[in-house]
Amino acid sequence: MTEAVVHAHHGPDRRPGIIGWIARWLFTTNHKDIGTLYLVMSCFMFFVAGAMAMVIRAELWIPGLQIVNPHFFNQMTTLHGLIMVFGVIMPATVGFANWMVPMMIGAPDMALPRLNNLSFWILPFAFTLLTSTLFMKGGAPDFGWTFYAPLSSTYGPPSTDFFIFSVHMMGMSSILGSLNIIVTILNLRAPSMKMMKMPIFVWTWLITAFLLLAVMPILAGAVTMLLTDRHFGTSFFNAAGGGDPLLFQHIFWFFGHPEVYILILPAFGIVSEVVPTFSRKPLFGRNMMIYATICIAVLSFLVWAHHMFTTGITLSAELFFMYVTMLVAVPTGVKVFNWVSTMYKGSLTFETPMLFALAFIVLFTIGGFSGLMLAIAPADFQYQDTYFVVAHFHYVLVSGSLFALFTGVYYWYPKWTGRMYNEALGKWHFWLSLISMNVTFFPMHFLGLAGMPRRIPDYALQFADFNWIASLGAFVFGITQLIFVFNLIYSRYKGKQATMEVWEGSHGLEWTLPSPPPYHSFETPPEVK
Amino acid sequence: MKEPEVKTPRRRNKFTYVLFIVPFLMFGFCFALVPLYNVFCSAFGINGKTNTTSIRKADTAISDNRNITIQFLATNNEKLPWSFKPNKVELTLHPGENKRVTYYAKNNSDHTMTIQAIPSVSPGNAAKYLLKTECFCFTQQTLGAHKSMDMPILFHIDPDLPKNIHVITLSYTIFDLAKLKNPTARKGGRITR
Repeated sequence: MTEAVVHAHHGPDRRPGIIGWIARWLFTTNHKDIGTLYLVMSCFMFFVAGAMAMVIRAELWIPGLQIVNPHFFNQMTTLHGLIMVFGVIMPATVGFANWMVPMMIGAPDMALPRLNNLSFWILPFAFTLLTSTLFMKGGAPDFGWTFYAPLSSTYGPPSTDFFIFSVHMMGMSSILGSLNIIVTILNLRAPSMKMMKMPIFVWTWLITAFLLLAVMPILAGAVTMLLTDRHFGTSFFNAAGGGDPLLFQHIFWFFGHPEVYILILPAFGIVSEVVPTFSRKPLFGRNMMIYATICIAVLSFLVWAHHMFTTGITLSAELFFMYVTMLVAVPTGVKVFNWVSTMYKGSLTFETPMLFALAFIVLFTIGGFSGLMLAIAPADFQYQDTYFVVAHFHYVLVSGSLFALFTGVYYWYPKWTGRMYNEALGKWHFWLSLISMNVTFFPMHFLGLAGMPRRIPDYALQFADFNWIASLGAFVFGITQLIFVFNLIYSRYKGKQATMEVWEGSHGLEWTLPSPPPYHSFETPPEVK
Repeated sequence: MKEPEVKTPRRRNKFTYVLFIVPFLMFGFCFALVPLYNVFCSAFGINGKTNTTSIRKADTAISDNRNITIQFLATNNEKLPWSFKPNKVELTLHPGENKRVTYYAKNNSDHTMTIQAIPSVSPGNAAKYLLKTECFCFTQQTLGAHKSMDMPILFHIDPDLPKNIHVITLSYTIFDLAKLKNPTARKGGRITR
């Protein structure tokens, strides 16, 4: 997560002084540098959006309005969601792809390095634009990260337009980034690396990149329609002019559901790399893992209306989307089964990456099960827009995507920097995160089943106890993340030297390079056994 | 998939350009979803949308063995200063039978206003079978300050209406067209604090 170690003979050409340092990072076309930039930015945004979560939980500590007014509370929930999805999980996975894909497929760099630079440097501007809305007249967007019309069209604050343009920019960045990843994977593999021999992380990212290419333009279209509805007199989502507000939800979730798989598929890839290493066994059912990922990606386009069961869609549509949604559990179940089977009779050791991977498997499965509960159309009428939904997607995004990102950072950190992270601090980070994450989000299941609505700054007295517990967990979770950052910075300078293989059971091309790897990964294509 | 080493740089570039087109196609597809959605809604009669232009009544036999109850609702969008209500809140008819009902509308403001009424039918799958020969929602309605009028609907129920539907709700929401034409005037309904 800190800057790549620069070898005198392999490093970038840079002029001396602060100008040289800035120019080096601003104009870099190196996949490792850009990967680092992505990861550092998402780490920073993680604390920005995390601070917003702290505001939310502080307000919900006891019933009544104490700290913020409802208007600001809504801005917090909106920005927390938007930044965590678009500013933390997505850029972090792209950072991983930048760092790892060329090293894993035996390439010297990404295929389109200048494009790579562009796709990163759009992002800081996009997020500056988005967070600057907090200081604007009328406040930041306050309609939830899903920005349903007419909340965002007719009733959106003036800053909604800034939000729209920042979404456009993020979309452009994602499209360019995923384009680059696809071209790299398909064209720059070492000659002897056949498609089915590609590491599983590369496979999951290839599929993710295709999903991104397909759905980010849909999101761009949705916000463009919103913009023209707001200012140019069109009526895409306005019933008075012949449009339909419900159409917005269809378009949004046609993007939104593939989007949630975009957030989780690279996580699957990371865990599928880590579990075999610490089980000292090859991944069980490797090809099935690839087919299951493709299967999930295809199904993701056919399930969008399960977010809309209560909008009055017909019974036949409810049944269709209910059954297809449940079908997603089959390839996902294949994956969980394969991870568990990989560990079966393996020689397991429990270093920090493995601990996070194990927590991922267990907790992501819990999130998957609550997702299945939500998929049952008749029951969904009870759960819709309650804290049960909040609990569900935090289980799949925090203990799912985020824990997988922690897994990957601890797993590859020694490779990136050439130094081991501090194992004791890593274990502290893990155990505190694991406990506080469950203390935060598990009570939300009960709150949701009891009927507490989401996105509300105040609540009825019977919800007080669980909210207090959840807030306590959230504060501990927030503080715990400082251990993570401290560990990364501290180990960057004081950590033990890492070996080339780093882990006893490591496998794959990236471990045949020295730690840290040379500035250009593979000058000549390596031979894949 | 060909072997990477036989790929010339030219072929690689071509592939990249093909990939570049995909986002543009998907962006276009997003806008194509709008007419697609409307076609789907009218083809399958979902989403409670009724016909927006007059349908001439075919001479269908009145099936007097079935009674269908129609309920009428009226809503003003964003505190529109009109009195708007059905003159009859409920009636019962046989499928195939022609009925004429009226809505009362009065402009309570001090200036002339033009509105558009948007119908919606519940349950959604009944919309296809509620056929309107004449409706005040087909055109825009203008009323001078403090003027009032009765606005008619002439409709019948298609005898093919699914057997399980006994009650249909027809709801109208009236929208101020001045606000539609001038988007900045629409900000009025915003709730802060």
